[in-house]
Amino acid sequence: MIQLTIDGKDLAVPEKKTVLEAARGAGIDIPTLCHDPRLAPYGGCRLCLVEIDGMAKPVTSCTTPVREGMVVRTVSERLYRLRRTIVELLLSDHPNDCMTCIGNGDCTLQELAYFYGLRDNRFHGARREHHRVDANPFITREQNKCVLCGLCVRVCEEVQGVSAIGFADRGFETKIVPPFGEDLNCEFCGQCVAVCPTGALSARLWAGKPRTGGIRSTRTVCTFCGCGCNLTLKTKANEVFRVDSEPTTHNRGWLCVKGRFGYDFINSPERLRTPLIRRSKGGPLEAVDWPEALQHIVSAVTRIKAEHGPDAFAGLSSARCTNEENYLFQKLLRAAIGTNNVDHCARY
Amino acid sequence: MTNSVAEIADNKALLVIGSNTTENHPIIALRMKEAVARGAKLIVADPRRIPLTGFATLWLRQRPGTDAVLLNAMMHVILDEGLADRDFIARRTDGFEDFAPSLASFTPEFAEEITSVPATLIREAARVYATAENAGIYYAMGITQHVMGTYNVQAVANLALLTGNVGRAVAGVNPLRGQNNVQGACDMGCLPNVLPGYQRVDDARARRRFEKAWGRPLPKKPGLTATEMTAAMLDGRLRGLYIFGENPALSDPNSNHSRKAFANLDFLVVQDIFMTETAQLADVVLPGASFAEKEGTFTSSERRVQRVRQAIDPPGRARSDLWIIDQLWRRLAEAEGYGDPPQAERIFAEVASLWPDLAGMSYRRLEGDGLLWPCPTEDHPGTDFLFKEEFNRPGGRALFSAVPFVPSGELPDRDYPLLLTTGRELFHYHTGTMTRRSAGLNAVAPEAFVEISELDADILGISDGEVVAVSSRRGAIRLKARVGAMVPRGVVFIPFHYREAAANLLTNDAMDPTCKIMEAKVCAVRITKG
Repeated sequence: MIQLTIDGKDLAVPEKKTVLEAARGAGIDIPTLCHDPRLAPYGGCRLCLVEIDGMAKPVTSCTTPVREGMVVRTVSERLYRLRRTIVELLLSDHPNDCMTCIGNGDCTLQELAYFYGLRDNRFHGARREHHRVDANPFITREQNKCVLCGLCVRVCEEVQGVSAIGFADRGFETKIVPPFGEDLNCEFCGQCVAVCPTGALSARLWAGKPRTGGIRSTRTVCTFCGCGCNLTLKTKANEVFRVDSEPTTHNRGWLCVKGRFGYDFINSPERLRTPLIRRSKGGPLEAVDWPEALQHIVSAVTRIKAEHGPDAFAGLSSARCTNEENYLFQKLLRAAIGTNNVDHCARY
Repeated sequence: MTNSVAEIADNKALLVIGSNTTENHPIIALRMKEAVARGAKLIVADPRRIPLTGFATLWLRQRPGTDAVLLNAMMHVILDEGLADRDFIARRTDGFEDFAPSLASFTPEFAEEITSVPATLIREAARVYATAENAGIYYAMGITQHVMGTYNVQAVANLALLTGNVGRAVAGVNPLRGQNNVQGACDMGCLPNVLPGYQRVDDARARRRFEKAWGRPLPKKPGLTATEMTAAMLDGRLRGLYIFGENPALSDPNSNHSRKAFANLDFLVVQDIFMTETAQLADVVLPGASFAEKEGTFTSSERRVQRVRQAIDPPGRARSDLWIIDQLWRRLAEAEGYGDPPQAERIFAEVASLWPDLAGMSYRRLEGDGLLWPCPTEDHPGTDFLFKEEFNRPGGRALFSAVPFVPSGELPDRDYPLLLTTGRELFHYHTGTMTRRSAGLNAVAPEAFVEISELDADILGISDGEVVAVSSRRGAIRLKARVGAMVPRGVVFIPFHYREAAANLLTNDAMDPTCKIMEAKVCAVRITKG
């Protein structure tokens, strides 16, 4: 363990931790834009600057490993000025259209501007103008809002192993694009959207949907494969309009294209909405109420059982449905109908 | 899975066989990529150039259906070069003396002839796997949906036992489960031979436990598997069927045959959220609920039991599936139900009281990330990896089983010269009932295709994107050709998501004699223009 002092607090932290990790572990918040604990330290946004005794200039806490006896200050007038100026510079080339921005309420830059009270800006001059229209059905890029933190580039490379996007050009013209500036043609996992700290990357499916007011969040589990990823369903008025996953879950907040963007089947107009029965073989399916549909089944089961025995009936349960439903299903077949003819699609 | 997903990142060697993990288990694949980034050696054994091959140290491109030969040859090398874990074999296994000679004929050179994987690569793979500090095997339907599927899995187990790579952290045998709750459906006893918790229906003691709890007699004779039900429907032994949340009319191999079987029934009930291909054949269609509209639990591939929570209400008069089954239970069992609406928590508690591995779980404990079974007591933290002390067999020792060479049920010949294998793609899930109704997913993956090698395409005069006819002895479909390097010469691949060009009209319903799985991964087809 390494002993150090941050803001007057004596701390003992394991070796190879960074000053940022040590501080956050002790409940000391340092602002960041480009940091994500799930990715390698980057040191791009410079917001996490701290003062360390014996060092001439402030250093980025996210890239500085802890050392024995370090004395660190995360708050000072100089650091406040530096951080405020960094945010001010970012905002000098930002649309500042929070009112209509899809990222409103879910934007680190907005929070920082609010924290530093940046209504006016001392820096005037050129602004980037990217007018990009993406044809892909999942991810919308508003590159005027990009702060070049590189989170999207890094998550795509470090976590997803795809490297679908990278930095192109230099200086003021720097932008994040797929090869040759074409539209995205990737796995569409949306990890980039999940880590973007501004409204630069968003999901097409969220456009025009609620941002903050009256939203309910429900934590549940994805339905698309055996990975068991945690989902947070955002709902309003009986509609699932957005799916997220928290970084603290066992899947670390990472999802695939199906889990993140494949939920619109839930609200499909083609959903079955009423029980249907066919009164005679070859006849049409007719809408009926529940009691009639259930009675129809009970009569048929009873008749088959009486004429051919319980083993003339079988049930196929569902690997998409819950344990409780599966349990009750096999109990119904075994204990109520009296057959072990119960299976599911484990073999398909 | 014998191990948890988080352990994957610490693997020093990984053997992925018959699993296109990146597309079918994307988030598990992230852990594999993480292991590679940390220096692990990844062996991918797959006939297709799946995305994971881009991360692989070694790519073994075996012919579909020859997995056991490849694995046997790796074990041959391991024995030959003295790389077996003799101590583990002595301490924790039975049957090694009988098993070892069965590998003698599986020389890498013999395996090269059968699998087309170069003998040098087989040797190298054997060394990488056997000499790693810990190694995990990951497999899926690519090795199980064969007439010798059981043998393939036994070969995987043999390999792990031979090198002591099971029963400890970060080393194990890991089937990746294809559906969100296929693990749970098995755990809950939706299998014809076992009650919940894998307690056999023909074990009188187990049956008595359930008879006592449920207050009624239970049938002794194991029932029919899903694959056996098809024949029973055709010959009239089965008259009625209740299908809940499945679409076998599209997912069954040789699905024309299955559809005929469904049509032969006196009574078919289908409970689903959409009018599936199967529901269209039904006498009663019951509108159920999507995952977002219900309470309960799912059990993931790593045995992690997690809470599913209701976010919205089902549409129209659709009801939660639990409500529907509970209503039928009340009527058919003439018994009390589980509350109105039925309480999922009460049912979970009932399961926990009947299955010792779940006894320590309750909804209260499942808040957060859930728990991995076995979890026998209320203070038990759950189990990351299985078989630490003993294996699940009388005496607690694992058994080696000799695995012979068994060819696929139907191989290419003069009339049907190409080998068809099937699978999923990233953007769709199974028969597409959900994903093909997602606008975005359907936009990036709108139509079926058949992957064919450049060489075969050249011979047949087929160009990329051209519509071709693919036929087998069981059916024919038309779809676009995707010419490229994904499949080797002689092999073609079709995803089975698309009802308008259903791959399972072509596939073979030949069965593994032990576990009754159908051979969806190998059949013989012919491709013709237009």
